[in-house]
Amino acid sequence: MSQTTVLVSEKGIRTDGRKLNELRPIKLEVGILSNADGSAYIEQGKNKILAAVYGPREVHPRHLALPDRAVLQCRYHMAPFSVEERKSPAPSRREVELSKVIREALEPAIFLEKFPRTSIDVFIEVLQADGGTRGAGVTAASLALADAGIPMRDLVAACAAGKAGGHLVLDLNDLEDKEGEADVPVAYMPNFGAVALLQMDGLLTIEEFKQLMDLALEGCKQIYGLQKEALKAKYLAIKEEAEEVEEE
Amino acid sequence: MTSIMVSRIRQKQIAQLIGSGKRLDGRELNKYRPVQVETGIIEKAEGSAKVRMGRTEVMVGVKIETGEPFSDRPSEGVLTVNSEFVPLASPEFEAGPPGEESVELARVVDRGVRESKAIDLEKLIIIPGKKALVVFVDVYVLNHDGNLIDASALAALAALMNTKVFKYEVKNGEVIKKPGFTALPMRNHPVAVTFAGISGKLVVDPWLDEEEVMDARLTISFGEDGRICAMQKGGTGTLTPQQVVEAAHIAREKAEELRRLVAKR
Repeated sequence: MSQTTVLVSEKGIRTDGRKLNELRPIKLEVGILSNADGSAYIEQGKNKILAAVYGPREVHPRHLALPDRAVLQCRYHMAPFSVEERKSPAPSRREVELSKVIREALEPAIFLEKFPRTSIDVFIEVLQADGGTRGAGVTAASLALADAGIPMRDLVAACAAGKAGGHLVLDLNDLEDKEGEADVPVAYMPNFGAVALLQMDGLLTIEEFKQLMDLALEGCKQIYGLQKEALKAKYLAIKEEAEEVEEE
Repeated sequence: MTSIMVSRIRQKQIAQLIGSGKRLDGRELNKYRPVQVETGIIEKAEGSAKVRMGRTEVMVGVKIETGEPFSDRPSEGVLTVNSEFVPLASPEFEAGPPGEESVELARVVDRGVRESKAIDLEKLIIIPGKKALVVFVDVYVLNHDGNLIDASALAALAALMNTKVFKYEVKNGEVIKKPGFTALPMRNHPVAVTFAGISGKLVVDPWLDEEEVMDARLTISFGEDGRICAMQKGGTGTLTPQQVVEAAHIAREKAEELRRLVAKR
């Protein structure tokens, strides 16, 4: 660990030029994979992540099927080329854990009881990782679920806040994540005021933690706005296409 | 095993009682089951401990070996935490590669120890970039009656505090063990406190029946100085931000209580 890295300048500017409470630029696209029932793509800083949803469909393996609701299955996976040093494609313990917490973050948003004996499968592929991939993965996956037409209580928006260079900052990039003092990833359903994913590592007083959670929730609300725009954009594009055809 | 019907009725009863501020086993919402800690029970391990939390039993063994430091941490020893849900611990456990729950348990315990900087890893380096001491913490669940995280984290702490490191010397780049031991260098004592969210309330130290009813789970680990060092939400339910902050304050007190059980030996 290099002790010399200055994560936040004296003027409160971060290594990538952002202010303390500023998100990285986010690009969201919905419905970009033709085979999946629903899909979404997110760029958040240098993160590039694809999410796809298949289902409701038959459950594999079959014994996992539930008589009263759908099972939600989730795989978070990083491409071998997504990080500095090639990552083995076999699922790491980190990926196993993240698949679990992401599934548990999406599940409260979905009306699983509408589709008994079926499976809804969410696949998240991190093509390039730049810190905060689990949050970006949740943001994209919830859009992919909506795109698949699966009835949902709310969209789930996610992002992290953390402590870097002694400052409380929103949406840690890779460097801040690695060299910073603490990381608090949060997923949120804004309509319900419900925290669906919450983790933390590092060292924080309760007061610092509270401020970081509030900061992350503010970030989630901003991302929520972008998610809704992205969903509408897809249907606007379809509408425009249809109108053009009519004019001809 | 009770029939599904009986357990459904029981589950409803548990949820209703908690809604009115009571628990089926008579505990207050913020009270742990009786906790017992034993240490030094496996002579072959460099450190060991067993924790009983009600009927939950978890053993942790610590083994120390020489190995290589991580390339991105050339001046530190290595910590690895693993957990095994051995089939004798529960009718639900099966032999085979670790499942999701087991991986999560190990990683939450690991995060508490690592992020609180409990072990002074810099003191475990032998030759920078080449040789280091590797601390293997193996969590062995012996009887599963709920709240494996807290029992495992406490057993891991007790075992680490009980761990002795062999003395050694380096000759021509080789590590040669010498007679005698030193204590594992510890700087912090992290303790995990877990809540179950049931009927809109948070209860501390859920036992298995409560875990079957809970919709959300929240673990908060504290270091000795009262700072949070790890958190993990689990379960398919949600929590409000207020509930989380409230839980943090309760957890800090509970962590103190649990730490005292380990410290007094």
